[in-house]
Amino acid sequence: MINFQYLRTTSAKSALALLLKDKNSKFIAGGTNLIDLMKRGVTSPEKLIDINHVPLKQIELVGNKIIIGALASNTAVAENSLIKEKLPLLAMALNAGASAQLRNVATVGGNMMQRTRCGYFYDTEMPCNKRVPGSGCAAVGGFNRMHAIFGTSDKCIAVHPSDMCVALVALDAVVVVANQKGERKILFKDFHRLAGDTPQLDNNLKTDEMIIRLEIPANNLGKNSNYLKVRDRASYAFALVSVAVGLEISNGKISDVRLAMGGVAHKPWRLTEAEDFLKGKDASIENFEQASKLAMKGAKGFGENDFKLQMAPNTIIEALTVAKSKA
Amino acid sequence: MQPSDKKSAQGDTRRDFLKKSSLITAIALTPGVAIKAAENQADERFAELFEKIPLNLTVNNKAYKSSVEPRVTLLDYLREELHLTGTKKGCDHGQCGACTVHVNGERVNSCLSLAVMNEGKKITTIEGLANGDDLHPMQAAFIKHDGFQCGYCTPGQIMSAVACVNEGHTNSRAEISEYMSGNICRCGAYPNIVDAIVEVSKGGSKA
Repeated sequence: MINFQYLRTTSAKSALALLLKDKNSKFIAGGTNLIDLMKRGVTSPEKLIDINHVPLKQIELVGNKIIIGALASNTAVAENSLIKEKLPLLAMALNAGASAQLRNVATVGGNMMQRTRCGYFYDTEMPCNKRVPGSGCAAVGGFNRMHAIFGTSDKCIAVHPSDMCVALVALDAVVVVANQKGERKILFKDFHRLAGDTPQLDNNLKTDEMIIRLEIPANNLGKNSNYLKVRDRASYAFALVSVAVGLEISNGKISDVRLAMGGVAHKPWRLTEAEDFLKGKDASIENFEQASKLAMKGAKGFGENDFKLQMAPNTIIEALTVAKSKA
Repeated sequence: MQPSDKKSAQGDTRRDFLKKSSLITAIALTPGVAIKAAENQADERFAELFEKIPLNLTVNNKAYKSSVEPRVTLLDYLREELHLTGTKKGCDHGQCGACTVHVNGERVNSCLSLAVMNEGKKITTIEGLANGDDLHPMQAAFIKHDGFQCGYCTPGQIMSAVACVNEGHTNSRAEISEYMSGNICRCGAYPNIVDAIVEVSKGGSKA
């Protein structure tokens, strides 16, 4: 690892001031992804600003919103009684990711900022438009078994690796970010980007900003929530395909539904068309199948990941069926 | 990381020599004009790069005061500086769990944490579990149930297992397997490891 300057700070204000001082600076919180990237030479910041002592670890209910500080650990959120009661989908998604050791230090903000695990992004000998813009994409036509089937571009077919973010996009979370002038809000669905012509940009956080907290509206989807993650081994592996489901069923009809997928796109992938189809309908297997077909519109395989074109709809149907059975 | 900081005949440590020689190499590779122009700035830059950060840690109930380069991981600090080599380096990328230690009572991968990020914290390593010659119940249970073959992953497995019991994630064998999934055992001692954890979680220890 190339050495760097290390600074600690205890307030968001001073963290933002330090960030602006040097161009090649980064915040470090849990560090579970950043340190790995630095060891492999994928990124080499000249300055790390340790924000672990900034007081942003709250998890609380304020009015009709659940507030989660950017520095709350993945474990703290997943094990919190308020989250388990009000947002079980989020707890399930968090527990499906990484290992107990990693979740103990990984933060909510860091989880959102983690980079893709595309092997070509990590291998500094290979071309990668995300790592070196303009160098090409080795995954198109290469080993792309883990790669995207939705919203791809010829520049990049990497996927966002988070489980937590799949639940958050389904739960209509709002991201509150700040720069030195003040705060602004970004809808979670607009936080991460598609690769397009700028795969080097994972998200819409500006270079002078930091994530402060999440605001998640309370809902009635808790009881019939489900996070189904399909992967190469039973635990501690990234998703081939994952599906987050929240269902509200009244009098046998679906009155509210949330559907999102992980492991299939450059961002957590919300399935709005399938949701719209299901609203007001019976929670039946036929409708689930129809919804899964709508969800797959525009999907495209790249050879090794063609199996996802069948695995994804199957996972949607299974996730919905299990969510419904919790009624 | 270099294994030793032994003083040479000139009074320089091996690390001091490496620093000086890398500085000289850097200058040697730079065209003369550029060196002149950047000389003062460069000196400052190098001073920053080689800056060591003061570090206070309590490891296995013993206080340590030292200073380290920011890039030194907690794992390398424990092994190379404190010579506590019970904690193992497996993958060094957070994928195997061999480096698991407790930080303020919680299990973490020490390979993915910078030592300086742990300022003022209490670290427990495998060396800190036993009470003198009395093994920790989890150590005893691993021996009783043959929870290892080659033994390389074992310190990490035991540290993780102790945390797993403390966290209360031992309600079924499936739950134990799920919450131990961050520790890989290539010999495949998993069923025996789960046996050891089940026994300790039920209050059993030495038998």
